[in-house]
Amino acid sequence: MGIVLFDGVAYGMLLFLMAVGLSITMGLMNFVNLAHGSFAVVGGYAAAVLMNRLGVPYGLALVAAFVAAALLGAVLEVVFYRRLYRAHPLDQVLLSIGVVFVSIAVLTYFFGPTMLPFHLPPALQGQFSFAGVELGRYRLFLIVCGVATLVLLLQLMNRTRYGAMVRAAVDNQRVAGGTGIHVQRLFFLTFSLGCGLAGLGGALSLGMLGLEPSFPLKYLVYFLIVVCVGGAGTVTGPFIAALLVGVVDVAGKYYLPEAGVFLIYVFMIGMLLLRPNGIVPKKGLA
Amino acid sequence: MKMTKRTLLAVAALACVAGAAHAQDALKIGLIGTYSGPYADYGRQFDAGVALYLKEHGNKIAGRPVEVIKKDTAGPAPDAAKRIAQELVVRDKVQILTGLDFSPNAYAVAAVATQAKIPTVVMNASSSAITTSSPYVARLSFTVQQVSDPMARWMLRNGTKEAYVVVADYASGTDSLTAFKKAFEGGGGKVVGELRTPMNNPDFSAYVQRIKDAKPQSVFFFFPSGVMPPAFLKVWKERGMDEAGIKLYATGEATDDSYLDATGDVALGLVTSHHYSYAHPSAKNQKFVKDFEAQFGTGLRPSYFAVTAYDAMAAIDLALKKTGGNADGDKVMDALKGLAFESPRGPIEIDAATRDIVQTVYIRKTEKVNGKLVNVEFDKFDRVKDPAKEAK
Amino acid sequence: MKAITLSPGQLRAAEIAFWLLLAASYFIAPNHLTLLSQILIFGLFAVALDMALGYAGILTVGHAAFFGAGAYTAGLLAKHGWGEPFSGLLAALVVAGVLGYLLSYLIVRGADLTRLMITIGVCVLLAELANRLSGITGGTDGLQGMEVKPVLGLFAFDLFGKTAFVYAFAVVLAMFLLVRLVLRSPFGLALRGIHDNRKRMLAIGAPVEARLRMAYAFSAAVAGVAGALLAQTTQFVGIESIGFNRSAEILIILVLGGTGRLYGGLVGAIVYMLVHDGFADMNPEYWMFWLGIFLIAAVMLGRGGIMGALSRRIRTREQAR
Repeated sequence: MGIVLFDGVAYGMLLFLMAVGLSITMGLMNFVNLAHGSFAVVGGYAAAVLMNRLGVPYGLALVAAFVAAALLGAVLEVVFYRRLYRAHPLDQVLLSIGVVFVSIAVLTYFFGPTMLPFHLPPALQGQFSFAGVELGRYRLFLIVCGVATLVLLLQLMNRTRYGAMVRAAVDNQRVAGGTGIHVQRLFFLTFSLGCGLAGLGGALSLGMLGLEPSFPLKYLVYFLIVVCVGGAGTVTGPFIAALLVGVVDVAGKYYLPEAGVFLIYVFMIGMLLLRPNGIVPKKGLA
Repeated sequence: MKMTKRTLLAVAALACVAGAAHAQDALKIGLIGTYSGPYADYGRQFDAGVALYLKEHGNKIAGRPVEVIKKDTAGPAPDAAKRIAQELVVRDKVQILTGLDFSPNAYAVAAVATQAKIPTVVMNASSSAITTSSPYVARLSFTVQQVSDPMARWMLRNGTKEAYVVVADYASGTDSLTAFKKAFEGGGGKVVGELRTPMNNPDFSAYVQRIKDAKPQSVFFFFPSGVMPPAFLKVWKERGMDEAGIKLYATGEATDDSYLDATGDVALGLVTSHHYSYAHPSAKNQKFVKDFEAQFGTGLRPSYFAVTAYDAMAAIDLALKKTGGNADGDKVMDALKGLAFESPRGPIEIDAATRDIVQTVYIRKTEKVNGKLVNVEFDKFDRVKDPAKEAK
Repeated sequence: MKAITLSPGQLRAAEIAFWLLLAASYFIAPNHLTLLSQILIFGLFAVALDMALGYAGILTVGHAAFFGAGAYTAGLLAKHGWGEPFSGLLAALVVAGVLGYLLSYLIVRGADLTRLMITIGVCVLLAELANRLSGITGGTDGLQGMEVKPVLGLFAFDLFGKTAFVYAFAVVLAMFLLVRLVLRSPFGLALRGIHDNRKRMLAIGAPVEARLRMAYAFSAAVAGVAGALLAQTTQFVGIESIGFNRSAEILIILVLGGTGRLYGGLVGAIVYMLVHDGFADMNPEYWMFWLGIFLIAAVMLGRGGIMGALSRRIRTREQAR
């Protein structure tokens, strides 16, 4: 029982790490970025290549993944995304799908369609005993990263000037611009941050998920579930939602394996019917 | 004019033929595979196998120059596959259809084969009923049941009395479960548990933990080749299942040569059953692997896809030699029946009654040889037929 | 670029020309009939989606649930002895419509994003159900053994796709005219009103939720017919017909064509599938790259899809469509 809970929490943390960037971009810019997974997978490839070909240590590779994805996000924001902030959500969907297709093709071209090998550093392999229970090291690391990210983001949002500006722009973009906040630059920075977080999540996922070019399409639904159930635009919402999704999924598969994939989707539909605006609804979001 | 992708070799062959003594028409072969998306490796391997065979034989089959027209279905897409097959037959006027990596695609194309009386040589699709769905279909690859059944028999022979079975929840997974259970229980063993996992399953921890709690003597699993086996094996190793004394067995999809390098050391020691290993020690395979590496470099390892493509071309060649170059549907199918020859995997035969493949299924262990992970064969079952048809 | 102005008469002529050209492809492009049939079928599917998405404003990426439901209905009927095509279509229409109506209760509440996720969830669940019931549906191997009888007892489905094309064309045209009729009726205008300003519609006493449910159900029914058409013309039902990928693809097709415009779905299907086929022929491994560039270009160069771009170039002398 304890192990199942631990596994579920770890899986949830991974989902949170990958999806929190999407919550921020969707909440702040109301931009439906279905290409979020592409930034995650770019981070994953960056980390894998650095570790495999250049022998870069894991921690540094994680940082590099964040930076690589953030840079890519910055470039794409300037070239494409910023022109579509006021566009119809469906046009945004079309753009992001185009970006996903291109990213899959480009990654296939450079790395081939099969999986890229990845090996966790020895420090994170295997299990260790704690209070009589065998806990996976890598999973514990995921939990630590997830909580640390949550704390850091909350600090960022609630204690810094940048965070105050973001919260203002989320509440009411026009008035925030009116008070002198440079909204365009804010969007640029926040989008890059969101993509960087995706990249970090992608690199962290390498120990559990396989790294292949079609990653963005395969896991898109999970990101969307976490963000929508949690409430787009907040950080704590997706955190709680990811925890719930992780635990329900793992516990469900453990206790009711016949239910398979049904459980998580029924859970999602149930949660959305109960709380249509997310677990932590954003103020002012319809 | 529709632009189709043709192998450069085939075009060159056409140019050569211009000066041939008797003006023989090019043999047009339609290759329907997956060249894009998550399964793009399949098309790539098909192409490599076909190209290798054609290169070895001067781009001629039964004296006729060959033109291979390849088309992409982007994965399992039966409506696209059927449409492409129709277009290949009606527009490009192919004489033979081949490729077919996914079973739904093969089923859809089989209908076209029957209607147009076009011989169709299946290069991978592994659902048992494909060869019965049309009299114009012959299979050169394998069936899931054909490789799962021997594993059960070998496990029993080895003293394993109970098994916990884990499969991916789709048609092939069900096939594997059915064949394994029948053979295992038929031989006196006991299946102590069954698990079906969803196809797109990111986290196996719940399933592995469940198995750990059940403490079976052994576990047999079947997942499609790709990202699922490494994910499962990672969790298996992480949870110390080997130390807990639970033996692990699988079909060869888990250690598919295309993915073995990327899977890594978590696959070491895994005992699997399949029809082809890159490390198969026959002279023919050594040559095949050497030629493959010479042509495609060491980045791409030939998997059972490439070998089957190679063998499919060989089968077409031998069949057409028998019919004297005549590509008439009924004649070619008759020539294919009972065809037996040596493949890089071992001896193979196309069953005269069922048009399905009869081959040796090997039991292998994943080991590191010269620093590379390979499947080392150490036992085998000769002349295995598809159990689903045998039962009838 | 200056906008061209057309009179209602000219507009009607353009429409008739469009359909005549499509019909004429039977003679102009006899080797591409199967592709054209599938373009027509997906065009109809996109038009059905437009009813829910463009006109009623229900954001959904789960419409393949109804497409697949229709396909399996027609497929199962044909497999178990009832191979008459038109009644198979009717059955599919009813089944998909009822399913749509039942599910509409779930989706009329909540914000855009919740509706989106609920529709995705339902679609995935239905797909998984089709997988589980593989004894009935054939699962991932697909439903085989369909025996569709000749259309009107005379025209059997042939290898060249001739019968399939004529059959699909006739059905798609008929369904399209039906959809047009509904959208131009008071019901359709009410939908437009709800999409434009829901609060105001509530204020004037329009039964908003009931209208949305009917729209969703009708959209589902038409999608079901499209699914049945695909099943009957290919005599096969793959599990991909009901999955999330198909829902996403048809959304892309519709957005490319232009939502909220009657011909958006058809135009989107024609362009998307021809472009996809063309790129796949040129470059089987990397067509996705070119298609992605095409989609990005389409969005950056103009909003509202192809029909949106057209509507900026071509004005009508009528007030509103």
